[in-house]
Amino acid sequence: MVLRNPRREVEMPGPLTVAALLEQLEVNPESVLVIQGDMLVTRDARLSDTDVVEIRPVTSGGAE
Amino acid sequence: MKCRVCRAPAVLDIRRHNAAFCRDHFVKHCREQVRRAIDDQHMIAPGDRVLVAVSGGKDSLALWDLLVHLGYEADGLYLGLGIGEYSDASGEAARAFARDRGLELREVDLAAEYGYDVPGAAATTHRSPCGACGLSKRHVFNSVAVEQGYDVVATGHNLDDEAAVLLGNVLRWETGYLGRQHPVLPASPGFARKVKPLYRVGERETAAYCVLVGIDYQVEECPMAEGNRHLGYKEVLNALEDRSPGAKAAFVFGFVDRAHERFADDAGTEREGLRACAVCGSPTTAEVCAFCRLRERVGSRAVHAR
Repeated sequence: MVLRNPRREVEMPGPLTVAALLEQLEVNPESVLVIQGDMLVTRDARLSDTDVVEIRPVTSGGAE
Repeated sequence: MKCRVCRAPAVLDIRRHNAAFCRDHFVKHCREQVRRAIDDQHMIAPGDRVLVAVSGGKDSLALWDLLVHLGYEADGLYLGLGIGEYSDASGEAARAFARDRGLELREVDLAAEYGYDVPGAAATTHRSPCGACGLSKRHVFNSVAVEQGYDVVATGHNLDDEAAVLLGNVLRWETGYLGRQHPVLPASPGFARKVKPLYRVGERETAAYCVLVGIDYQVEECPMAEGNRHLGYKEVLNALEDRSPGAKAAFVFGFVDRAHERFADDAGTEREGLRACAVCGSPTTAEVCAFCRLRERVGSRAVHAR
């Protein structure tokens, strides 16, 4: 499994759920979208060893 | 997970609603939330001309798309901040969005129009980049709206933005800011009405909306915002939300419905002292407005540096 975040790519062994993946990576589910291909996946979705997903941060911070 | 409405496979879960949605019903949900915000807060009247403050990011492009789909006459205004490749990519995202949909995008470039950019202003004045950026945006968006006859300026502030700003204002008990923090700031002499139609929509939802309706937005975060206080507040609020879904919405909606009015006098006191800026004529409480003071400082430093 290859994870694409703009800053890094990591491989994780599958199968596992999106929720478990985010927990292992210590990523708060509130702060990201998980994208497989061009579709969003929910936290109960099961990912296999060969799946490629992008974990896209959604937090923007341009307030003074 | 299944869609709450049609039981088809869901693409997004929203824990504060204890619900998940398929693509079509999520898009409909977003449009209903914005419709409700506009109607409940009387943001936009029939026939109003709307100027959308467009950055090229997920929130402003989602907002523009939503307003157009809801039938409003909405043009965009992109402000070139001069933040290197980030600004180049942001501007291109905004232009491509407008071009693909046949919408009108106005553009103002800070350096060309006013002689400075955000990195330069931050470096020469020792002001935070986000402070200089926010000040510039507020001034330019309002000036263009007033000069070009727009009734209302719509910004992409979402539920998370409002929760983070509210937390910051409460932590320091900024009562004047609390009195002005509202989804609608009415028009007044020299000021167009300002509205935040996304205040009921979380930023995870605005990002999901863009992905699902095919909006290519600038995904990279502004390099100058890294580590700022606002992001820290969001991290804290998201940790709270993860433990207690609905916390952010309760915080913001409770403030708007039950607490904001208590601070109205603090904001009103500041409004009473407004007069025209001696340089640009914009309303200000000082002789020269903060925007013109910023320009003056950046300009004088640039002269000294030669």
